[in-house]
Amino acid sequence: MSDNLIEIEGLRFSRGDRVIFAGLDMQVPRGSVTAIMGPSGTGKTTLLRIIGGQVKPDEGSVRFDGREVTTMSRRALFEMRRELGMLFQSSALLTDFSVFENVAFPLRVHTDLPEEMIRDLVLMKLNAVGLRGARDLAPSQLSGGMSRRVALARAIALDPKFIMYDEPFTGQDPISMGVLVTLIRGLNRTLDMTSLVVSHDIHETVSIADVIYIIADGHVIGSGSPDELRSGGSTMVQQFMSGAPDGPVPFHYPADDFLEDVLGVD
Amino acid sequence: MLRLLRLIGQRTLEWLETLGRAGIVWLWAIFGLPRRGDLALFTKQIFQIGVLSLPIIVLSAFSIGGVLALQGYTQLARIGAEESVGLGVALVLLRELGPVVTGLLFAGRAGSAVTAEIGLMKATDQLSGMEMMGVDPLRRIVAPRLWGGFIAMPTLTLIFNTVAIWAAALAGIDWLGIDPGGFWAGMEDAVELWEDVGKGTIVKSVVFGVIISWISVFQGYDCQPTAEGIGNATTRTVVYSSVAVLAVDFLLTLVMYGEFK
Amino acid sequence: MRMRTIEISVGAFLLAGILALVFLAVRVSGVSLTQSAGAYKLFARFDDIAGLRVRSKVSMAGVTIGRVAAIDVDSEYGEAIVTLEIDKRIDNLSADAGAQIQTEGILGGRYVNITQGADEEVLQDGDTITNTQGALVLENLIGEFVTRMGDS
Repeated sequence: MSDNLIEIEGLRFSRGDRVIFAGLDMQVPRGSVTAIMGPSGTGKTTLLRIIGGQVKPDEGSVRFDGREVTTMSRRALFEMRRELGMLFQSSALLTDFSVFENVAFPLRVHTDLPEEMIRDLVLMKLNAVGLRGARDLAPSQLSGGMSRRVALARAIALDPKFIMYDEPFTGQDPISMGVLVTLIRGLNRTLDMTSLVVSHDIHETVSIADVIYIIADGHVIGSGSPDELRSGGSTMVQQFMSGAPDGPVPFHYPADDFLEDVLGVD
Repeated sequence: MLRLLRLIGQRTLEWLETLGRAGIVWLWAIFGLPRRGDLALFTKQIFQIGVLSLPIIVLSAFSIGGVLALQGYTQLARIGAEESVGLGVALVLLRELGPVVTGLLFAGRAGSAVTAEIGLMKATDQLSGMEMMGVDPLRRIVAPRLWGGFIAMPTLTLIFNTVAIWAAALAGIDWLGIDPGGFWAGMEDAVELWEDVGKGTIVKSVVFGVIISWISVFQGYDCQPTAEGIGNATTRTVVYSSVAVLAVDFLLTLVMYGEFK
Repeated sequence: MRMRTIEISVGAFLLAGILALVFLAVRVSGVSLTQSAGAYKLFARFDDIAGLRVRSKVSMAGVTIGRVAAIDVDSEYGEAIVTLEIDKRIDNLSADAGAQIQTEGILGGRYVNITQGADEEVLQDGDTITNTQGALVLENLIGEFVTRMGDS
């Protein structure tokens, strides 16, 4: 058995004329919290969808726990997805169900457990994210941070091996951010999971990740532990880690010389 | 000229591709029903699609039935054939107006709601969220709505026709004083169970139900997941469904009642 | 809303649909719930059926006793062959019974009227009614009338 839960090799994907991945390689070690960072529009969410089998890449291989995802049948994909959880940026809670029913949903669909056991499991998961008291609320009554925590409780309902977080920190106030950071790290340890976090919030990501991949222009431009990345790496990695507005990723969208443009001089 | 040809080619290919996608959605959904727990989903959709459409159906049926009787009476009374109001109203309703008007109302009330609901679920990632949880949204979300429509539309049409005929009787017999015996007997004589109720009301409403449900479910499932996209998809559902109902009605009438061999 | 309420209203909705179908069948199309005893076939040849259709009524003394099942033409003799389906309960039509094509009211549809005969022999399934009278065609009548006016 390989040490890596996810192995991606030579991944190529383009949407229309736009190349999103041009030969991407990466591994997610078992039991780690791995982060993918990079400027907006580099296809980080697309990468998660490719791992989950929702999007088929043009070329390359994606293995989940040794199984090739890209060539799986529809049925096999639905089987595989029971072993992974995903936290969407929008939380993706089912709007016509209560908080309790949302968390119970994967249990009801995938297991034949008796009602009392489902109740106990749901309350356990909700307790883990601190929302046991909110079980009867509707998703529309929750704040952004709370709905993300409910979605997290739902994602771990079936005790998955692997959980993917799509921009978990975006649009959260500092307290919710702190709560989420603690939860991601804590759940990874207590439930013995492997986590993959997609984010561009450097501070929070650095604080929880074991391994960070920085993606730009369809390639991995830097990888390693947070310390390794901060001290070494290319200028682009440096720019990203320090959040400098100008550098290898230019501030200006490609344009003619400013003076020429404004004055209309040839 | 070449550009025009290219445009026509492109449009045709796009159109065929959409039709192909719609076919796949339909197949996956239609064969994806019977499993445990699905009956409750199905019941809930008949409620959403059928029961909640009842008020508008009953109200329209009452008004249309009454109007047909009043207008028919003014014309037929001039040649002393006011007892024929019953059979005229019944034939027009059973063969054409019942299924067509119910279809149009159904598209506007239930079809648009289904499209908007599925579109919203898509825009808020609920559909891909389900997929990631290993739940097939075609089975869980699309199939119950499709089947709900198949059942609700014929039921609504039967209720529409009954209410409309009753309203015509109310207007004709109680207000205009047509002889009830002649009214009902003329109807019974002229209306044939299979020819009018079967082919007209039932066959047509089942076909319309399939078409409208398919269009509304697919438009929702295939829409752009944005606020604007959902709005456009909802409009398309109503427009496509209405045009399809009218066009298919013409074809069905031609095939079932056309006197050519 | 609670599942129970939904289930009850869906049940009521479907029941209303079935009742509507029963109403349309019994009250509107006049299907009688008592089982009919079946039907047997008779043939009749007419020189002109002008406007008689398949499924037109067959009646005796104004009471419906059957339907027109098929209409064919015998091109050799230039006659129409009409197949009549008669209710099994009417099993005593005599061999010399007559069939006339008549019109309901002035503008109504055509139907076949059967008049009972006196022969003791009874028509069986597949027999042919020989004593027939075709439709009175208004144009022909007017034509004849005009010709006679001219003669006198």
